[in-house]
Amino acid sequence: MRRYSAFAIAREAARYHTGWERAWASPEPKKKYDVIIVGAGGHGLATAFYLGKNFGITNVAIIEKGWLGGGNTGRNTTIIRSNYLQDSSAAIYEKARSLYETMSQDLNYNVMFSPRGVMMLAQTEHEVRGYQRTAHANALQGVKTEFIGPERVKELCPIICIDGPRYPVLGALWQERGGTGRHDAVAWGYARACSDMGMDIIQKCEVVGVRSSGGKVVGVDTTKGPIDCDKLGLVVAGNSGALANMAGFRLPMESVALQALVSEPIKPCMDVVVMANTVHGYMSQSDKGEMVIGGGTDGFNNYTQRGSFHHIEETVRALVETFPIISRLKMLRQWGGIVDVTGDRSPVIGKTPLGNCFINAGWGTGGFKAIPGGGWATAELIAKGEPGPLAAEFGMERFIEGRFIDESVAAGVAH
Amino acid sequence: MLTLQCPYCGVWAEETELHAEGEAHLKRFGPGSDDADFESYLFMRENPKGVHFERWRHSHGCGKFFHAARCTMTLKVFGTYPAQTLEPPQDIKDRISETYPGWTWRNFK
Repeated sequence: MRRYSAFAIAREAARYHTGWERAWASPEPKKKYDVIIVGAGGHGLATAFYLGKNFGITNVAIIEKGWLGGGNTGRNTTIIRSNYLQDSSAAIYEKARSLYETMSQDLNYNVMFSPRGVMMLAQTEHEVRGYQRTAHANALQGVKTEFIGPERVKELCPIICIDGPRYPVLGALWQERGGTGRHDAVAWGYARACSDMGMDIIQKCEVVGVRSSGGKVVGVDTTKGPIDCDKLGLVVAGNSGALANMAGFRLPMESVALQALVSEPIKPCMDVVVMANTVHGYMSQSDKGEMVIGGGTDGFNNYTQRGSFHHIEETVRALVETFPIISRLKMLRQWGGIVDVTGDRSPVIGKTPLGNCFINAGWGTGGFKAIPGGGWATAELIAKGEPGPLAAEFGMERFIEGRFIDESVAAGVAH
Repeated sequence: MLTLQCPYCGVWAEETELHAEGEAHLKRFGPGSDDADFESYLFMRENPKGVHFERWRHSHGCGKFFHAARCTMTLKVFGTYPAQTLEPPQDIKDRISETYPGWTWRNFK
């Protein structure tokens, strides 16, 4: 792999850009791999990358039914933060956030991580108390956040209306080192690094069956034929239930559509991410100037990647109240992605009833920010067969043991 | 926008008038049941790609709970029926069979 650098740009400029190579190879599948990862989204590619980097396992195939990073990795609002209430959540999201900080250097790929700060507005007395509690919890967890007053909110983001009639801004939970990243670049960067380690990324190859014998997975059937493996990782947001069905077990998850929309580009007007959970909306400005807006999930099971129209109205109505200057803004695009939601709104990283089959799923509405941490933890799980410290609390058995990681109150809305 | 007919008051209601209430025909397990049954009742959900049976409430109308058979891939509604039933009525099952021959959902087919 030729490294990307300022020198490479100069070299290619001098020869009409004829020397750029493809970022990753697209090979045909081999008969057998040590590990097959189903799903070439952020978490799947990160899992493969850390399998190679941390454990030296490189005979790996990453199988994707569509195109690389074309699911929720390419559909989210790119927010990165780790201000969670529960210790195990804070640990994995903070691991992810810290890996994002050096990701561009680690992957030699610009993922445009922008630690511009994330602000979660408190617009009711209950939210004030809740976020103060989270700030204290974060202090104990070693995650740097603080609870700030309305004047500081206005200073950090002047376009917010802090004395709105319905929900005045009473303060905010502020994480200075949170921010945004370029979601596609995260997938592309990991894919390039995986391909460079000799892993096979096989796109447009749908898994149609999971073959097992004696309680162990022996391989998968795909639209490109059967492929054998020693270990299987299922890392497929939105389709976890369908794959678990093929493998013959059930998941404590339901799939719903989550929507986002983006406005026409305007001049820079906000340089932080603002989340307003009471009124249901969050917004940041992309480098192109578009306002990136996240909305709500549908209340019913749904695989349509579309979402209900009234959520757009609710989200926009809430945001216009919080940011009056956007009232005349035109929206350019709207889209939906399918998210798997668990009972406690926390993900599942753990073993399955099939001994050599592992799962990373159920990130609900907040998987993007966790990509490096989720991949790191899942790679450890697959390599060792047992979860490491990051994944230990996230096994599916927590539902039978009543040991929840309850983020449904802390982050049930905007995640 | 998803519209469902309330089987009680007959109103064709848009989804903003309704509230989705999750999976239908759950068998409830209480204190004294074994852990697996309790977990299954509380957390393990049917999450099919295709026909799904679910509870809805006509919350901004007559207030009644009812059941609906709906496809999660296309949002096609096969019918709604009163909640006081253990199984969907035959005509709804037949309508599903026209679209999805050989469908199954838990122990219904």
